[in-house]
Amino acid sequence: MLGAMLQEAWRAMGANRLRTLLTMLGMVIGVGAVVLMMAIGQGAQYAVAQTISSMGSNIFVVLSGYTSTGGVRSGSGNAPTLNVADAEAIAELEGVDTVAPVHWGSVQMVHGSNNWNAWVQGTTPAYLDARSWPLAEGAAFTDSDVRAATRVALIGRTVAQNLFGDENPVDKTFRIGQAPFVVLGVLAPKGQNLEGRDQDDLVVMPLTTAQRRVFGTPFQGSVRQILVKASSAEAMPTVEKSMEALLRQRHRLRDSADNDFTIRNLTAVADTAAETTRVMSLLLGAIASVSLLVGGIGIMNIMLVSVTERTREIGIRMAIGARERDILAQFLLEAIIISVIGCAIGLVLGVGGALLANQLARMTVVVSGSSVLAAFGVAAGVGVFFGFYPAKKAARLDPIEALRYQ
Amino acid sequence: MVIRRSGFSPTMAPEVGLKDDLQNKDAVIRVESLFKAYDTPAGPFPVLKDVNLVILPGEFVAIMGPSGSGKSTFMNILGCLDRPSEGRYLLSGRDVAELGKDETAALRNRTIGFVFQGFNLLPRMNLADNVALPLVYSGIAHAERRAQAQAVLDKVGLGGYADSLPSRISGGQQQRVAIARALVNRPQLILADEPTGNLDSHTGEEIMGVFRALNDEGITIVLITHENDIAAHAKRQVRFLDGRIVHDASTQPQAEAATC
Ligand SMILES: Nc1ncnc2c1ncn2[C@@H]1O[C@H](COP(=O)(O)OP(=O)(O)O)[C@@H](O)[C@H]1O
Ligand SMILES: [Mg+2]
Repeated sequence: MLGAMLQEAWRAMGANRLRTLLTMLGMVIGVGAVVLMMAIGQGAQYAVAQTISSMGSNIFVVLSGYTSTGGVRSGSGNAPTLNVADAEAIAELEGVDTVAPVHWGSVQMVHGSNNWNAWVQGTTPAYLDARSWPLAEGAAFTDSDVRAATRVALIGRTVAQNLFGDENPVDKTFRIGQAPFVVLGVLAPKGQNLEGRDQDDLVVMPLTTAQRRVFGTPFQGSVRQILVKASSAEAMPTVEKSMEALLRQRHRLRDSADNDFTIRNLTAVADTAAETTRVMSLLLGAIASVSLLVGGIGIMNIMLVSVTERTREIGIRMAIGARERDILAQFLLEAIIISVIGCAIGLVLGVGGALLANQLARMTVVVSGSSVLAAFGVAAGVGVFFGFYPAKKAARLDPIEALRYQ
Repeated sequence: MVIRRSGFSPTMAPEVGLKDDLQNKDAVIRVESLFKAYDTPAGPFPVLKDVNLVILPGEFVAIMGPSGSGKSTFMNILGCLDRPSEGRYLLSGRDVAELGKDETAALRNRTIGFVFQGFNLLPRMNLADNVALPLVYSGIAHAERRAQAQAVLDKVGLGGYADSLPSRISGGQQQRVAIARALVNRPQLILADEPTGNLDSHTGEEIMGVFRALNDEGITIVLITHENDIAAHAKRQVRFLDGRIVHDASTQPQAEAATC
């Protein structure tokens, strides 16, 4: 029975090939658009999630009241309001997991004939912990390196490539000015951060080395920022409050005075970014769904025309014994076939489009099995939903009226 | 049960009454006081007015009468395609009014075979598929359908055309295919509404030959025609006029001319 019905549906579709194809095209475009937009949307979400996890989780950045907007090189100006002792005090707070004071700046590095301008983070070994940043090669510096201000460094993938090319940089030396620095290790690559900056274009070295031997800051012990990792997401609000109270007390701020530091909750920033991409991908999906809806209406339209055109045929079928449900099934099957084939083609085009977007526009795209399944489900659903009314109309025809129809 | 008697049929043949008296239980068709009115914008339009008819198994009945006298309307009711406004219609002893839609569909599928004036084959299907279509609705498997379709096509002399499309064959051949389709489910009863109306008289005679052969096998046949020559093939002629049966007479099968 089903075989005969499939054959008949095929025959009916073949009898009006152009019309069938155009009807399918509606579904092709609809499904293609949905698949492509979901791939792009999910890709964006994936990229953001990657970036967020590369930041390390449950991270605060406490910025010093001295906010240098550009000129780091000179090292002159007011002293930063945060210092290493502040960092040590924060480390004692309830709910705080790891604390790393950071002093940063950018420097010109030389190795052989290669020059590279990179971002330097002077910090403690805890920094890599806080940011959950493993090493690809070599080993990290230690607390004794920090105490002794030894000339050692960890470099990011971008720095390694630009300074050392294909060489293995571990145990090699580069110079900053005249001073030689030994590369202890290479950081695992992290890619871009939320602002689109390359996180691998970075040098990490002991805080003291950066302060005394690279930037020569006149304010020993003071730092530009402190990285704080809370023990859990739930602990973050408490940690933020107690940190603020602690720093105000340590800096002897009056009740009326503003904070001379800024606490930034990176997780909150990340959440916002994630939420933004989520909404964006929902929006993309919603817009694409409209075209799917239009495709479905196209099917309904054509099926209605088809029922009218084939009224006499329906009458003949009823006269030789077709029941209402036979007629219903016949037209429903046709609508479903059109929408499922349209869906399959749309799927191929959508995935192809996503790959193209990935290749040409360097977009992150994610085509998940569930979105493919969902597309097929939706297509079959569209076929049933928009095919049902015309099919019901066909099934409800009065046999006599249908036979008389010219 | 109220039996309405039409006082208007002086030519009513006595054997109708006789059969009524016999209360024949195994009549294929038993129509009692049948009325049919169409709903029109101007109100109900009566077409059949108190029709009574009994047809026994193996009969070959020609229904005659002028255009508009209600023949097709009556035939459609006999074929369970339409329902009467009033009165009873028993098909093989079952009151059709008590049947649901699926049951009447099953009757059309198995008990009744239809032959139309315009052949009504589906143009995109080959002849075998056309003939096998009723079997699809009785849930017969593909190979079996094909075999049965081939058998009935052979029977009507078109076995070699199974894979042709209806448009490739003549009108007379198309009507043979339509008869094959009506036969494929081995119905008790074949109803034909002016089956020779679109055919030349020679081809019409051939088609009547097919019907006679089927009748000889015991299938009950009721056909509409307004040609006396065609009606002469039947064993019994029923004449309609203005929605009533005005004449009902049996002739010997071998009689050359109808009595009306
Ligand atoms: N669906 C309909 N609605 C209204 N009137 C109809 C309909 N079908 C047939 N009639 C009318 O009923 C009468 C009988 O028609 P029909 O049964 O086709 O007669 P016949 O087959 O004897 O020519 C005609 O007057 C016709 O116009
Ligand atoms: Mg007629």
